Order: sequence, then structure tokens, then C-alpha cells
Amino acid sequence: MRYVIYISNMLIPVIIVYVVFKGIIKKRPVFKDFTDGAADGMKTVANVLPTLIGLMIAVSVLRSSGFLDFLTQMLSGAGSIMNFPVEIIPLAIVKMLSSSAATGLMLDIFKEYGTDSFIGLAASIALSSTETIFYTMSVYFMAANVNKTRWTFPGALIATLAGVIASVAIAGMMV
Amino acid sequence: MLDYLWTVMLAVGVLWGLFNGRADEVTQGVLSGAKDAVTLGITMLGIMSAWTGVMKIAERSGLINGISEKMSPFMRFMFPDVKKNTPAYNYMCTNIAANVLGLGWAATPAGLKAMEELSGTDVSEAEGRSGGGPASFKGKAASNAMCTFLILNISSLQLIPVNIIAYRSQYGSVEPAGIILPAIAATLVSTLTAVLFCKIMMRRTGKASVTP
Repeated sequence: MRYVIYISNMLIPVIIVYVVFKGIIKKRPVFKDFTDGAADGMKTVANVLPTLIGLMIAVSVLRSSGFLDFLTQMLSGAGSIMNFPVEIIPLAIVKMLSSSAATGLMLDIFKEYGTDSFIGLAASIALSSTETIFYTMSVYFMAANVNKTRWTFPGALIATLAGVIASVAIAGMMV
Repeated sequence: MLDYLWTVMLAVGVLWGLFNGRADEVTQGVLSGAKDAVTLGITMLGIMSAWTGVMKIAERSGLINGISEKMSPFMRFMFPDVKKNTPAYNYMCTNIAANVLGLGWAATPAGLKAMEELSGTDVSEAEGRSGGGPASFKGKAASNAMCTFLILNISSLQLIPVNIIAYRSQYGSVEPAGIILPAIAATLVSTLTAVLFCKIMMRRTGKASVTP
């Protein structure tokens, strides 16, 4: 696993150097391109921040009221049968509905269990390997003026499920 | 969707807290939630900007177009109905390449354009077909290409989950980027499942999957 983490840590620096060299070879004004892109990124974060505040308040309320603990206990019966970490179940369900709400739940997991715990890793990987089903389907099909979605939803559901199960399995191998 | 979800989360949290005599904790929860979000936003501002800056260089140096061009075997396999170099095809390539690189802002507009193009040129062979142009029937059905395109998008194609790395580093991870390879593996599982499912469904729906 040390090897996997080493390569993971190498990837970002390698990509940065590769991209910048590629730009210089193409005689691009790389620094200006970088700052333009960084400005875009700042706008993205500024746009996301209000959503993040709203949702982190909601998750924080759920946590401090004791409801999340109650939900986890309720689910633990079902989860322990399949040897599946219970905390991931609400996360996976919420992720299908809203990416930012799922982020709120993941951060709550980070606070409770730590980022590098089994559950913290499983949550990180699961959110990295899934997309929001309902948002994507509604926006994209609206653009195409389609309302019979045929086999899109079952396919999306199966792919998401496979991603979540794989995430838990991989996180299990890492700890 | 988010409106209802948010309302339910708040209502359940507040009522649950009141019933259990934890009004004080709930108040603290509101305050700490807002504070945590802002702290997190500051960390993200740095990491996200750095990444989108690098990716802008990749975009403008033609790296992303280069990747789109190398995708044609994959495109032919996944979208046998969509002819090469049509607008729909090109938008789909851009969307997929941008998704792989984690460029949400570039992926979504291209994806939406691809769906528009698909609905104009690629009239569904399945249920609901009435022979006319796109506007001639209201309840239009998704074509095989549309279903496949969306399922691939939802299966997540992103290789480097920068935002997750940012969150991890904010919450004190020893190896924030240590999840990159594991995440690639999990993404591969979900995407391969999606590919398999789409190919099976294309075969079952028959005709529309014949290669031109």
C-alpha cells in the first residue's frame, strides 16, 4: 500500500510539470494561462461556498441533534450482516441526490472518524468514483428535450453501486 | 431536489434535537457548521485554483483536443450510432476528455451541447418514434447513444479527485493525495460496470447498435 500512496502522491506534481512543459513547447504564455485558469477556479469556489455553508449547517444540525448517530445505529443491523460500514450507506444515497450534500456528510465522517480511518478512506474514494444521478439526468435530458429515459437510470444505479462497493473493498485493503 | 432535501435535513435535525433536549447543541451546530464551511472554502480556494490554472494551460496548449482525438476507438465501441466528426461526436469527446481530467466547468457545457445535437440528429429507434423531427413529438425517448453517454458521465470518469484531496488536507489527513490510485481503481470498476451494462442493453434493444 505504501507504493500505491507513493504513486498517488507523485501524480499531481508529474501532471503539473508535464502540462507546463507541453505549454512552453507550444509557445503558450503559460503563466497567463495559469492565472486565467486560477481565476476561473476561484469563481467556482466562490459559487460553491454559499451552498457549502447551507449544507454544512444542515449536516451539523443533524449531527448535533443526535439524529445521525440514531440513523447509524438503525442501519448497523443491516450493515453488519454484509460486513459493510454503515456510515457509507446514507452517504451513497445522498450522493445520488446531491453532490454538495454528500460532501457535507463526508466532512462529518472526517470529523468523527478521521480522514485516514477505514471509513474516512471509503468515503473519500466513494465520493471520488460516483456522480450525482438525479442532477445529471435532469439537466442533460432537459437539454435534449427527452422525458423517456429508458435504461439510463438502472444503468446509472448499477454503476454507482459498483463504485461504492469497490470503494469500501479498496479502503479495506488500505488500512 | 436540494430544496426538499435541505428542508428535511434541517427540520429533522431541529425537531430531533428539541425532543431530546439538545436545543443548545443544535444552536452550536448551526454556528460551527457555518464556520467550518468558510474555513474549508479558504483551503479549497488555494487547491482548486492551482489545479484549474494548470488545466487551463492543458486546454489552451491543445492537450485536451489531442486526448479527444486519441479516443476514437473507444468512441466507436461505445457509440456505434454516432458518426465520427459530427458536432455531437466532437462535443461528446470534449465532454469525456474534460471529465477524465476533472474539468467540470468544461465538461458540462460540452455535454449539454452533445445532448442537444444527439436529440437533433439521432432520433430514437425505440419507443415513442413517430417519424418526424425533434419537435414533432413531446415525449421523446432517449436514444441508445444518449443513455450510454449519461451512464458513462454518472459512472464518474474523473482520474484526480482534486476537491476530495482538498477536503482531506483541510481535515488533517497525513496523505491527502494517497487516495488517487485507489480512487482510479474504484472509478474503473464503476465505469467498466457501466460499459458492460450499456453494451448488454444495446444488444438487447437490437437494431440501433449496428455499426454503420
